[in-house]
Amino acid sequence: MMGTWTRNPQLKWIGFVLIAVALAILPFALAQVGTAWVRITNFAILFVLLSLGLNIVVGFAGLLDLGYIAFYAVGAYIYALLASPHFGLHLPWWMILPIGATVACIFGILLGAPTLKLRGDYLAIVTLGFGEIVRIFMNNLSDPINITNGPKGISTIDSIKLAGLDFGNNTRIGDFVLSGTIKYYFFLLAIMMIVIVINFRLQNSRIGRAWEAIREDEMAARAMGINTTRMKLLAFAMGASFGGVAGGMFSAIQGFISPESFVLNESVMVLAMVVLGGMGNIWGVVLGAVLLSFVPEILRYTVEPAQKAMFGHQIIEAEVLRMLLFGFAMVGMMLYRPAGILPSAVRKRELAKADA
Amino acid sequence: MSSAILEISGITKRFGGLTALSDVSFAIPEKSIFGLIGPNGAGKTTLFNVLTGLYIHDEGTFSFRGKPLQDLTPDRIAALGIARTFQNIRLFANLSALENVMIGRHVRTKAGVWGAITRNAATRAEEAGIEKRAHELLTFVGLDARANELAKHLSYGDQRRLEIARALATDPQVLALDEPAAGMNATEKISLRSLLESIRQQGITILLIEHDVKLVMGLCDRIAVLDYGKKIAEGMPSEVQRDPKVIEAYLGAEVAA
Repeated sequence: MMGTWTRNPQLKWIGFVLIAVALAILPFALAQVGTAWVRITNFAILFVLLSLGLNIVVGFAGLLDLGYIAFYAVGAYIYALLASPHFGLHLPWWMILPIGATVACIFGILLGAPTLKLRGDYLAIVTLGFGEIVRIFMNNLSDPINITNGPKGISTIDSIKLAGLDFGNNTRIGDFVLSGTIKYYFFLLAIMMIVIVINFRLQNSRIGRAWEAIREDEMAARAMGINTTRMKLLAFAMGASFGGVAGGMFSAIQGFISPESFVLNESVMVLAMVVLGGMGNIWGVVLGAVLLSFVPEILRYTVEPAQKAMFGHQIIEAEVLRMLLFGFAMVGMMLYRPAGILPSAVRKRELAKADA
Repeated sequence: MSSAILEISGITKRFGGLTALSDVSFAIPEKSIFGLIGPNGAGKTTLFNVLTGLYIHDEGTFSFRGKPLQDLTPDRIAALGIARTFQNIRLFANLSALENVMIGRHVRTKAGVWGAITRNAATRAEEAGIEKRAHELLTFVGLDARANELAKHLSYGDQRRLEIARALATDPQVLALDEPAAGMNATEKISLRSLLESIRQQGITILLIEHDVKLVMGLCDRIAVLDYGKKIAEGMPSEVQRDPKVIEAYLGAEVAA
């Protein structure tokens, strides 16, 4: 199920322990380099969550969604509205995250229902429009009743509090200081593990097979008794709820959100993570999200000093170089690994068919 | 006919100005093999598509075990117990033979998201059952040795048999086969024939579109002949074979010789 290394159980356990130790040490090691890197890691995990959610829609069910960030926005706003001075509500996170997931899930169905008969390009255009509509709503729902506070956004959002720890502050245990960012890291890591397990289990289930059938041949899937309407809606709903959870976490970590965080570019970014990593392959998608989150940041911290050392002054800005490299990476990928860095077996075969 | 499992009455289907099916009626007796023949373009596949909900017919009714089938979607029809294969094989080409048949079990199983995520005892038992049944069906059609091969890597004849296995996985009462022998060689046709016989012995009614006259005449209990969307004859193979209208429309060249 998870590759050849699962065949040797002893090796598998050693692998698990090593990975667990590495992931436990990681934030402390990164904090030595700079606390910013722990934050960057947290955002990378948020993007892993988003990519895994989008992977259900795009990778499993084969429905191209260009407005996925809308569900992230819905989750983020639900958290912000229910845990900030804006409405004076301060519900605990364990209530808000499920609410956010549910509301995002409803939005997923709202998007899914009218688009069920669309495929490919047409679906992409409608979902793109949906993403923009949600953002524009967030931007304008400040008048006559102020719900979202418009472009000014919502600030001083509550941080997560768990077992007496406030994730917004540092905790001092003797001489040891556990920063809020590191606490969030472990919290996100736990959510990510759960989401990965859910993804694997969905993929290898009756539901996962039905999605695969729809992706392969929708008409044959219907003739075999699969209710394609319900299965597609389910894919949208599942993907959206993961987006909603990720959005809630984003709100809690940032403490401030505004519609600007949910632009089309973010949807494209998440889709690029899924495609680059390997649509339909869970580990591939995780890798894609981690790479595309870290590489730009590494560039940001290395490009300027490297140029200064070589030429005495900066010639190309990191941001410009980032887009250039991004373009090269995409072109290179399309040429050499069209199914992604770690392609899913079935997807690889599908693309091979297209070549033949 | 009281023992009819499926009654087709007055079915008309128009595509714009073209009448693909015009007032077609016949009844399929339970546990029989019913042949549907006719020259190319006679409307046989259209009738299949209408019956299985892929097209919506303009007039007429289907009744299945005495109950009318109307405005039903393909998945509801499959759930009721009518399964089909396709003339231009529509397997899930990039999935293994086993996965293809396992997908056929979808309609008879019920694990949902919760079952998939928690992987509780009921779901695990159901999954094991799906896999076991899929292997049984692959063995039944003689493909179990190829269970892990991709559907698209199977030979043409094997693909046709895999489609039958996938359709059988939905536990059908009526199995509608659209030209199952097309592209098969003589040996494969003989084994297909015994496969269809043994499917019938399990109490499954077979509705068969086939061009191979020898196969149809030897296998079917009753035959209906379509020509230009109209039923021109119906009866036992021997009767149909002698019918001058049928000879004129279709069988002439082959059978009269």
